[in-house]
Amino acid sequence: MTDVLAVADHRRGDLRDVSYEIITAGRELADETGGDLHLAVISGTVDDFADKLNREGVDAIHTVDHGEEFNHDVYAQAVTQLYDELAPQFIVTPNSVNGLDYAPAVANELDLPIVTDTVDLEADGETLIATREMYGGKVETTTQLEGDAVVTIRGAEWPAAEGTGDAAIEAFDADIDEDAIGSTVTGFEEVGGGDVDISEAELLVSVGRGIEEEENLEMIRDLADALDATLSSSRPIVDNGWLPKNRQVGQSGKVVTPDVYIAIGISGAVQHVAGMKGSDTIVAINTDPNAPIMDIADYAIVDDLFDVVPELIDEFQ
Amino acid sequence: MKILVTVKEVATVEDEFEIEGTEIAGQYLGADLNEWDDYAIEEAVQLQEDGIADEVVAVTIGPEDCEQTIRQALAKGADRAVRVWDDALEDVDLLDVNAKTEILSAVIEAEEPDLVLSGVQAGDDSFGATGVSVAEEIGFQWGAVVNHLEHDLEDGVASVRRELEGGVEELTDIELPAVLTIQTGINEPRYASLRGIRQAQRKELNVQTLDDIGVDESTIETELELTEMYEPESESDATVWEGSADETAGELGELLRDKGVAQ
Ligand SMILES: Cc1cc2nc3c(=O)[nH]c(=O)nc-3n(C[C@H](O)[C@H](O)[C@H](O)COP(=O)(O)OP(=O)(O)OC[C@H]3O[C@@H](n4cnc5c(N)ncnc54)[C@H](O)[C@@H]3O)c2cc1C
Repeated sequence: MTDVLAVADHRRGDLRDVSYEIITAGRELADETGGDLHLAVISGTVDDFADKLNREGVDAIHTVDHGEEFNHDVYAQAVTQLYDELAPQFIVTPNSVNGLDYAPAVANELDLPIVTDTVDLEADGETLIATREMYGGKVETTTQLEGDAVVTIRGAEWPAAEGTGDAAIEAFDADIDEDAIGSTVTGFEEVGGGDVDISEAELLVSVGRGIEEEENLEMIRDLADALDATLSSSRPIVDNGWLPKNRQVGQSGKVVTPDVYIAIGISGAVQHVAGMKGSDTIVAINTDPNAPIMDIADYAIVDDLFDVVPELIDEFQ
Repeated sequence: MKILVTVKEVATVEDEFEIEGTEIAGQYLGADLNEWDDYAIEEAVQLQEDGIADEVVAVTIGPEDCEQTIRQALAKGADRAVRVWDDALEDVDLLDVNAKTEILSAVIEAEEPDLVLSGVQAGDDSFGATGVSVAEEIGFQWGAVVNHLEHDLEDGVASVRRELEGGVEELTDIELPAVLTIQTGINEPRYASLRGIRQAQRKELNVQTLDDIGVDESTIETELELTEMYEPESESDATVWEGSADETAGELGELLRDKGVAQ
């Protein structure tokens, strides 16, 4: 009971980056428990996926050939059965939207504790020590538990596994109960097209909840105009209907890589940062000197945006 | 049909704060309705206004202090509320997903709703796992991270959109009864009207102990132990411009000109 079972993520024919990261996380854990790293890849072109996932550190890859796309019931059943067969100490899945759609079900079915969105993992015999954030990234915590567990890992926290492995690739004959499948995926849709493509912009003026009221957005528009920049935002601004979805930067929005990204009243939650960390130069304007955005900012103004932005507009008008 | 909404009062933290042991010192904490639950309540109330739901019940796990928060759900239109609390929960640092699952499942099994709406995650502990775990426990279908729900619920099917990463949405049909975890932006949560707030005072708020809902203390024993809490080591090597707004704006202006992105 020292092995680790990690589960890959894929969508519409492509493995997602986190599938390679989970190999690294799983390998590190398996080194600490002294066990093997098993990888599962479920649905889609599993043999092709297995070849791609056969990187350094993987001991075995179990393919479950069932359906094209993610279905949480298929995943939950397959992973549960793999656990029964392999008896690993830890099941590790991505903390992706799909990971969160089956990992909690697996944990509950197997009567195991679950720790989600971990950014660091350590194992010491029976003990798992997981590092995760609370209060939107304001604090970090370590959580300890004994025995087997389901763990989900945050994307982009572990490096992607590289090299070529010599894992044994085996088809796992999961016994999928079709009657237990109560949901059907009927399609996919891309959202957020429209007038501008913020991912093309060189200069982004990006606004967050610090702006408080829709009326105040006018000031940010003026700034974007004065700078001849493109306007983007964090999620709450779009949720409020103040800007269209195609302006949202982040995990569920757009990934942007401008020369300069000016984050105004944006805290820098992980889902936001996922969309803008590749910006060349990041400038934060925020009253909170400890906001997570400061960790990735190159330049910062710790001040009230309502004081700073008008000055900046003045300078460029 | 009957809809049950799970609601949580979350702790909010001031910009500057201190940590005592594995907790943030009380004077730096505030309390608020969990952002995601606000959208879940709104969705349920809209289903009621659309004539789909006959009853909306809000359920929370929390001490008496959190009644002001659950009353917000009543003020926004939920018909009645259930609050579960027990001395046995008093000293628990971190109520884990399994414990929440046990408690909420017991309430749901007693209430027998057709649809359960919960938030994608709670803003404080952000596990993001309770809704799906509950669904599995009680044998309901489920969908995580739902940002659109068709209100006709035709033939006992919920047609939803699940918001995936990268601006892609998945269209899914889910058989009822089901648990949906609701993502922000699915609707526009209303403010409670003064009338709503007054009415909320008169609505039923049923307080239950673990014993009342038939959950044994031993089954909610939390398996996770919070062992450390600290402020993340700042990895910041940002140049912080000091001075008046005029001066700092000037610095930024200069940078933008240097980089050649603005004139
Ligand atoms: C599944 C999932 C997907 C998500 N996808 C995305 C996504 O794609 N994009 C995204 O952005 N978020 C996303 N989120 C939401 C994310 O977790 C945060 O809630 C969101 O990014 C917070 O936005 P914000 O920084 O604008 O607001 P807040 O976190 O509320 O921060 C506001 C900031 O403004 C500062 N401020 C306040 N007043 C002033 C002032 N007067 N002057 C200067 N500064 C001020 C505050 O100090 C604070 O730092 C997602 C969440 C989930 C669960």
